[in-house]
Amino acid sequence: MADFKDIIKEYQHIPGGIIEAYNAIQKEYSYIPEDAIAVAAKAFKVSKAEAYGVASFYSYLKIGERGKNVIRICESAPCHIAGADEVIEALEKELGIKMGESTADGKFALEFAECVGQCQSTPVITINRKPYGDLTPEKIPAILAEYK
Amino acid sequence: MAEEKRIVLRNYGKIDPLSIDDYINAGGYKALEKARSMGQKEVIDEVKNSGLRGRGGAGFNAGTKWGFSYSTEADQKYVVCNADEGEPGTYKDRIIMENDPQSLLEGMAICGYAIGATKGFIYMRGEYPYVAEIVQKAIDQAKAKGVLGGFDIEIRLGAGAYVCGEETALIESIEGHRGEPRFKPPYPGVAGLWGKPTVVNNVETLANVPVIIEKGADWYKSIGAANYPGTKVFTLSGDVVNKTFFELPTDATIRDVVFGMGGGIVGGKKFKAVQIGGTSGGFIPESLLDTPVDFDSMAKIGATLGSGAVFVMDEDTDLIDVIERITKFFEHESCGKCTPCREGTKRMHEILQKVNGGNGTADDIALSEKLGKVMSRACLCGLGQAAPAPFLTTLEHFKADYDAKLV
Repeated sequence: MADFKDIIKEYQHIPGGIIEAYNAIQKEYSYIPEDAIAVAAKAFKVSKAEAYGVASFYSYLKIGERGKNVIRICESAPCHIAGADEVIEALEKELGIKMGESTADGKFALEFAECVGQCQSTPVITINRKPYGDLTPEKIPAILAEYK
Repeated sequence: MAEEKRIVLRNYGKIDPLSIDDYINAGGYKALEKARSMGQKEVIDEVKNSGLRGRGGAGFNAGTKWGFSYSTEADQKYVVCNADEGEPGTYKDRIIMENDPQSLLEGMAICGYAIGATKGFIYMRGEYPYVAEIVQKAIDQAKAKGVLGGFDIEIRLGAGAYVCGEETALIESIEGHRGEPRFKPPYPGVAGLWGKPTVVNNVETLANVPVIIEKGADWYKSIGAANYPGTKVFTLSGDVVNKTFFELPTDATIRDVVFGMGGGIVGGKKFKAVQIGGTSGGFIPESLLDTPVDFDSMAKIGATLGSGAVFVMDEDTDLIDVIERITKFFEHESCGKCTPCREGTKRMHEILQKVNGGNGTADDIALSEKLGKVMSRACLCGLGQAAPAPFLTTLEHFKADYDAKLV
């Protein structure tokens, strides 16, 4: 696994590239290690408070550990009326965790999302930002199996 | 019934999106060549006279916007493409970028030439890394072919913040900051990205540009509604038969969209409401379905055209439950910079939770109506100003639904 310090180095020459760096760190770690904030602050010549402020502003960025495969369930209105709640129940049951939690083996994190732009096939979830549409509770086990 | 007319999606299904040769063989990059043979001012006037208005939701004349940046002197100017389509129910920019990325790049290059910018950014929502891959390949191919000349385009990926669709918040995000909207003026056209003159245009707006340059302002102006010419790409979701996208001239009516191209309601059920323009749009009852979809006609009925998202709800839909969900969305997406939005979205959600749970009173409704009116006037940016619209419009058109849930 690439070290977050090396990833930050790759992006630090890009003006305003701190968000790009955070996205790249997450692609590797699935989250932003707390120590990466101070390193990013130094590299992008901003205060630690600002580097933290940026990381905590965006809902796709997560400071501190979470499961490797991030499952997001869209709960925006079109998915909501299409039965997103049942999909949430199925995911919680299948993984044995509640929304916002990660599995004990560190494989999965379960999070809410707002619209992911796949509203032709509601309800939608994404796993590591890859969309899966037209979901029913019955389809969940097979999809999760791809990541187990 | 209005029929589909593809301008923005003219190459949809006809070319391989990952082949620049396909795009060029279909006439691509001729418009950029033509633009470069014209004066910069001439290009801007052509776009201005076409009547093209922003397709992201604000509906501002694109050529006029370009004119601000053109006439501001600076050592560097920028073209920024807003590809942060976050309005729930919207997926048109994704369809355009997935199927014809070169037309977006050509539109940006034409804008760059017109205003005197050598650098462009595409701010892509963090939900679309797979779209970013396609567009990056398109950029690489365009660079290798040399078609963009000295115009450089870079993609920046967002990280899940609806507010970044607001152009100054988007600029803040490209600069690597929290996506909080700026006070205006100055407008980005004069002082935008890193303080330089910046045109921020939506994907669909920019994808219209090559055709306008190629066929001329008069041709474009003759299509659709006089005050909002051209076409609009609609994306359908909810209880409608055809949950898909299509492109219609802007003189189509809401009924054309929902019952014409949309095919009506699933399962032969009755229509209850449609929300157009995304989750910040107004709810529209059956009695207003013959309203034309153009920007100004929609504004007249207290609704919006917005992004062109069309969220259809059937007779079984619990509207108050949907509104509660929407108020939660805005509480979550408010950036917190201004008080009316930060506090307003939170309180609005609280009240709607209470009402939806069957514990609300007429006083709660009156209070949230007052709060909504304050927010629409006092919030800093479009997010907070539009946030109360779903509540206020359902209160106007579907009051009985609220009354049925009150204590």
